[in-house]
Amino acid sequence: MLDSLSDLYWTYQNIIHGIAVNGILGLSVYVVLSIGQLALGQAAFMGIGAYFGAIATTKLGLPFPVALLASVLAPAAVAFAIGAPTLRLTGVYLAISMLGLGEISRLLFLNWEYAGGALGLSGIPERGGVYLLYGTLIVLIIAFFFVGRSRIGRAMEAMREDETAAGVMGVNVPRYKLATLVVSAMLAGVAGCLSAHLSSFIGPNEYGFEMATTILSFALLGGIGTPLGPVVGAAILTLLPEVLRFLADYRLMINGAIIVIAVLFMPRGLLSWRMKRTV
Amino acid sequence: MTTMSHIAHPTLEVDGLTKQFGGLFAVDDVTFQVSQNTVHGLIGPNGAGKTTVFNMISGVLPATAGSIRLLEEPLDEMPTWERTKRGVARTFQNIRMFGDMRVIENVITGMHSRLKSDIGSILVRQGKFKKEEKEAEEKAREHLAFVGLEQAADRRAGDLSYGDQRRLEIARALASQPKILLLDEPAAGMNPAETHALIPLLQRLRDERGLTLLVVEHDMHLVMSLCDRITVINFGKRIAEGTPAEVREHPAVIEAYLGHKADDKKTTDPTNRVTS
Repeated sequence: MLDSLSDLYWTYQNIIHGIAVNGILGLSVYVVLSIGQLALGQAAFMGIGAYFGAIATTKLGLPFPVALLASVLAPAAVAFAIGAPTLRLTGVYLAISMLGLGEISRLLFLNWEYAGGALGLSGIPERGGVYLLYGTLIVLIIAFFFVGRSRIGRAMEAMREDETAAGVMGVNVPRYKLATLVVSAMLAGVAGCLSAHLSSFIGPNEYGFEMATTILSFALLGGIGTPLGPVVGAAILTLLPEVLRFLADYRLMINGAIIVIAVLFMPRGLLSWRMKRTV
Repeated sequence: MTTMSHIAHPTLEVDGLTKQFGGLFAVDDVTFQVSQNTVHGLIGPNGAGKTTVFNMISGVLPATAGSIRLLEEPLDEMPTWERTKRGVARTFQNIRMFGDMRVIENVITGMHSRLKSDIGSILVRQGKFKKEEKEAEEKAREHLAFVGLEQAADRRAGDLSYGDQRRLEIARALASQPKILLLDEPAAGMNPAETHALIPLLQRLRDERGLTLLVVEHDMHLVMSLCDRITVINFGKRIAEGTPAEVREHPAVIEAYLGHKADDKKTTDPTNRVTS
């Protein structure tokens, strides 16, 4: 029994890891979407986390916890810096600025010789593992439920429904926007660092537009009524290409089709219920 | 009538308030004071600038010129949420409910500026956080009972009738423990029975809760029977102020609502109620 479980793990470990990494990315996009902002910056923050984490272990020989810390702090600092000028934007304008951030960071990685330039970073040591991945994911989900059922969760939902009214309720709207962007960047950074230390290679083109829309589709498919929605959406979209292996080349098309179908027929996503906001 | 209302210092002082949109003065040098524990009406024909005044008092729109003081403290540089903390609460002409939230969650959201739990105590679910949430919920139920919505506490806010949503907005505004409550057309969209029931509710806010109200409203019966004092604006300018009796006789007010005296035959015009 244990042997067959072990076999299963070794055969499918990429998928098993991928589900957890993408689950964390789903939570990252959830934070921003839950205040009503269109989020497309997750891939860039993931890339920044991946690069800083991987450089810490591979190039500097630092211990893994330090790499994890770097992968949280670096994207958080970037989010904080770009937060001030972009916070005035909403909707597609914010999305466009975040796509710009993604493109800028891709070009920086591409031309950063120290980090391997176009060849990327290889030989990243294997760190973390399945327990750390799923432990992180579960702790985050619980934390999200706790925060969701508090004044902070209510303020965020209020912002999503009506920003002006939320401000009149006493919600410091710009502060919440900045805080959610920073938290979202931290989560994406951790996901990037964890995945980099499981795949042993990262390249500058992994964190571009395609990744950004894939992450967004986790939340679109799963729904943002609860934090579980994007995690479930991530799991399905990670499994789907394996289940439909014969269509793997059309993965992007399928993602696109799923977004269209989700928007048309399930505007609230697969998990459409809404969490209570009282203790 | 209410000479007593001038004894205490005013709760709200609006001085020379102006809002310019391009070349248009939506509000032009409007000055008035709202005395403590009174209901003050702000009336005027459509487009007179009443809601713009509300938006500037609550901080939703920045003023072009002029000053606003709450209990002698200037609010001019403060963002909306800071003003809420200081005691400004409002409702909206076009109801702005958090429609997906339950009714009671709407009211608790109104307490945002009064709840203190930080992210740390929320994440470890500290006793004081749970206690605060419990108290908030009890308090919210009291506010709902006050406006007569206690039965609807667990319903989805967006499913309430129009009149109930207006009352929920009042409960939600009460939750922030305001010093002054700005009501933007509280009777709009209500049927006559609901409007009739609204008048004693607003009186109780003044008499039982000691609140100060500033009310924009088109229903002249409500305005005339409820307000202690009325400011009339037209084309952004203040044209009259006084007690309901004074305002209703004021020539500038009659002209603003009815046009020149020669137009007397237009008796079907609903705004005629101002003179009735």
